[in-house]
Amino acid sequence: MVSVGSHKNINLMAYSEVTKVEGYVGNFTVTVRKKARYVKEADCTGCGICQEKCPKKVIDQAYEAGVGYRKAIYTPFPQAVPKYPVIDRDNCTFFQKGTCKACEKFCASNAIDFKQQDEYVTFQVGNIILATGYDLFDARRISQYGYGRLANVFTNLEFERLSSAGGPTGGKIVLRDGVTVPQSVGIVHCVGSRDKHYNNYCSVICCMQSLKFAHLVKEKTGATVYNFYMDMRTAFKDYDEFYQRVLDEGTLFVRGRVAEVTDAARQSGEEGKLIVQVEDTLIGKQRRIPVDMVILSAGLEPRHDSKQVGHLFGISCASAGWFIERHPKLDPVATMTEGIFIAGCAQGPKDIPASVAQGAAAAARVVGKVQQKEIAVEPIRASIDKERCSACRICNNQCPFTAINFIEAKNGARAYSEVNPALCQGCGTCVAACPSGAIAGTVFSSKQITAQLNGLMLLNIGEAVPA
Amino acid sequence: MAQQFEPLIIGFTCNWCSYRAADSAGSMRLKYPPNIRLIRLMCSGRIDTTFVLQAFANGADAVLISGCHPGDCHYVEQNYKAQSRFLLMRRMIAQMGIEPQRLQLLWASAAEGTIFAAEVTKMIEEIRKLGPLNWKGGQLSAVSHQRSAIAEVAV
Amino acid sequence: MSKPKFAMYWAAACGGCEIAVLNTNEKILDVDANFDVVFWPVAMDAKYKDVEAMADQSILLTLFNGAIRNDENEHIAHLLRKKSQILVAFGACATQGGIPGLANLSSTPSMVDTAFTTLSTDNPDDLRPQTKYTIPEGEITIPTLYPAVKSLDQVVKVDYYMPGCPPESHQIAAVIDLVVQVLQGKAQLPPTGAVIGAGNSSVCEECTRTRNEKKIAKFTRIQDFKPDPDVCLLEQGILCCGAATRSGCGAVCPKAAVPCVGCYGATDDSPDHGARLLNAVASVIDSRDPVEVEKILDGIPDPAGMFYRFGMPGSLLRASKAAWEDKG
Repeated sequence: MVSVGSHKNINLMAYSEVTKVEGYVGNFTVTVRKKARYVKEADCTGCGICQEKCPKKVIDQAYEAGVGYRKAIYTPFPQAVPKYPVIDRDNCTFFQKGTCKACEKFCASNAIDFKQQDEYVTFQVGNIILATGYDLFDARRISQYGYGRLANVFTNLEFERLSSAGGPTGGKIVLRDGVTVPQSVGIVHCVGSRDKHYNNYCSVICCMQSLKFAHLVKEKTGATVYNFYMDMRTAFKDYDEFYQRVLDEGTLFVRGRVAEVTDAARQSGEEGKLIVQVEDTLIGKQRRIPVDMVILSAGLEPRHDSKQVGHLFGISCASAGWFIERHPKLDPVATMTEGIFIAGCAQGPKDIPASVAQGAAAAARVVGKVQQKEIAVEPIRASIDKERCSACRICNNQCPFTAINFIEAKNGARAYSEVNPALCQGCGTCVAACPSGAIAGTVFSSKQITAQLNGLMLLNIGEAVPA
Repeated sequence: MAQQFEPLIIGFTCNWCSYRAADSAGSMRLKYPPNIRLIRLMCSGRIDTTFVLQAFANGADAVLISGCHPGDCHYVEQNYKAQSRFLLMRRMIAQMGIEPQRLQLLWASAAEGTIFAAEVTKMIEEIRKLGPLNWKGGQLSAVSHQRSAIAEVAV
Repeated sequence: MSKPKFAMYWAAACGGCEIAVLNTNEKILDVDANFDVVFWPVAMDAKYKDVEAMADQSILLTLFNGAIRNDENEHIAHLLRKKSQILVAFGACATQGGIPGLANLSSTPSMVDTAFTTLSTDNPDDLRPQTKYTIPEGEITIPTLYPAVKSLDQVVKVDYYMPGCPPESHQIAAVIDLVVQVLQGKAQLPPTGAVIGAGNSSVCEECTRTRNEKKIAKFTRIQDFKPDPDVCLLEQGILCCGAATRSGCGAVCPKAAVPCVGCYGATDDSPDHGARLLNAVASVIDSRDPVEVEKILDGIPDPAGMFYRFGMPGSLLRASKAAWEDKG
């Protein structure tokens, strides 16, 4: 990331949002809102003194997953690029109460600017890669697993922070009280995934992640570890070997979907514990397994705003919300909109190697396009006969790719609509909608389709099919 | 024994979903009756009322329009336009005395070969019960020839 | 040298086409100056037998208006075809069936019932037209109604089509001018089968209202609200057929705040006017929810009547099942 941040050809805009995309491949005009961070980027040296001196501690819901703190002026994590901090307006004492300004006082380079405003930047790009990632499934939605209600039920991200050497516990795996080392840990797979009540799809990463958790718990605490899984999915290189290693380390695997995690003890030995109620499908029995800590491997979900983002860039989302690739097997990186590529979990759940591969593929596709200097478009396109177009504007809102432009009447020339062939994807919706028959579609023309229709019924066979 | 009525159905399929669903039904070796003839469009949004009426006028007993599930359109939202046209077409053909069952809309994704085959089979049976449409002005001799060809395959 | 011969005939029609010809004002004198009018029942006295007596192809130009509603209409269509060099389907009824073609939505008995028994009809003895009647001089007949109305080209070959209900007088005048010029060797006739006296774009081209992107959330009618005088009627939810209807009329209706009813029919390469209109109207409905779309569609209570007001017999389906299956 540091080399990205300092590359002369890369303009990194963190803490920014795309608000408008116009144009087409090779000619996109993108408007970006750079949100006010109240720190002048030109002056900030990234020394970090402001974060040290800021008196306001805030629970960090993002990077620390709610198990650690940050300040009201902060960088999301120590290695973040760019290094400039941002003031969290909602929690900053100055913005809320009008006093404090500790950061301003201590900043040696006068980089704090409480009056900073959002800034809109417009620029031209030729291609766009969307790598907007995913949202974590909110484990609170499965109330019977007790997350948010039972203290020692953790999510996967919380556990990641616990086991990280840079995390709030310095890498010590402890219960919510911050001191007790668990003697037994249950790891629940497929939380919110492969479940018709939540998401039907497999979140892909959870099996390997849960195996890693089991390994870490074993290594760091020696606790008894149970993995509650439905199917063990360890495709890809070295993954199954890792599973064998975790098995060899003595982690216990129970095959079955966990019904409930509860603190209501019913049998001796359950007092003060979390009891995992599960059907062990391999032995065909209901089991109650008392543990000290439960880790929920919550699945991946599309970004909550993926539909809006898709609309902004003119690409489609599947009903779940993952962006749709041009072809699931043959073109998993491109989208139906020429010049817009997708990578990573925005396209669908995937692990890090797959995300990196897709990101590299998307970058390579863009480089390929840039070097060609011209683009080849599919032959399936709509075009409007200017003479026959009556400028009724029925077609104007038919195109989700904004390929249809309306040309106003001027200098005595009458108004008409036209199709930008670089943007048209050839769906043919406007061809069917055009009431005056002025729009023609190549390859799927009305004449061709009617000829098929007649041919299928052995009518007018032998008549030449006009182009 | 009277020969069973073999309906002739024209299906308009979307290149990205139902056409592939039909393809996948084939590669799964699923069988559905040979009474439906498919025409590929790039998108269900290409469906033109002219095609549907032409099919009826040619002598088809029913028409199927199929596309991607709502929200899954390969072209973002064009299947909704197909849906609106379908709903209005169905009202219009009802006035012409064509039973609404003779024009159906089916959402089927590329993976739903099984659903496609099952729904098509169901539709064919429904039309079989309804009987022939035999639209006047249609070239009925060609159509009856087609029907007997279907009957031969269907045995 | 004798002048070329001219004929005009009305079949199932209201007579508006004849009035439109007269509306060309002094242009009608050109007709008289250049042609010898041999048959024009509305304007002069002539009998069918006079026409039958003419030599084949002796009439240069016949303007045939009206649809083919009964056997008499068809008989005269065949007769005039035989006697004419150029047969023009004149007006919406001859080109596509026109308003009489709306009867193709019902069976003939139900249509006759409607005509002779509904509330607005004073017919206490329930009298019905008799196709045959015997009088002392012998049996007299009236023409037999066909189960479905046909357009002219469904019974005879037509050379040119001149759409409109009625065709606009300035277009008629232009066509008369053209024919006169052809006679003088100054111009050439268009290829056979062409549409004459009209454009090949849609009415919107000639409409002066402002048009924007269209998204319709509700269909309504002009009597239900006061439409904006400057904005596209369709955008305001009024079902205006202009977008799908051939240009040439000068958009007189929408300019006068009355929605286009589609009398000029479809543009070239559109085999079905109503289908084109349906596609366009459905495509701009602003909803993705089928239930809501149905609610919006309730605003179009009679889609077939609306989309095929002038073009039912000339459409792909031609007539409803009720009309086809009519035995009476």
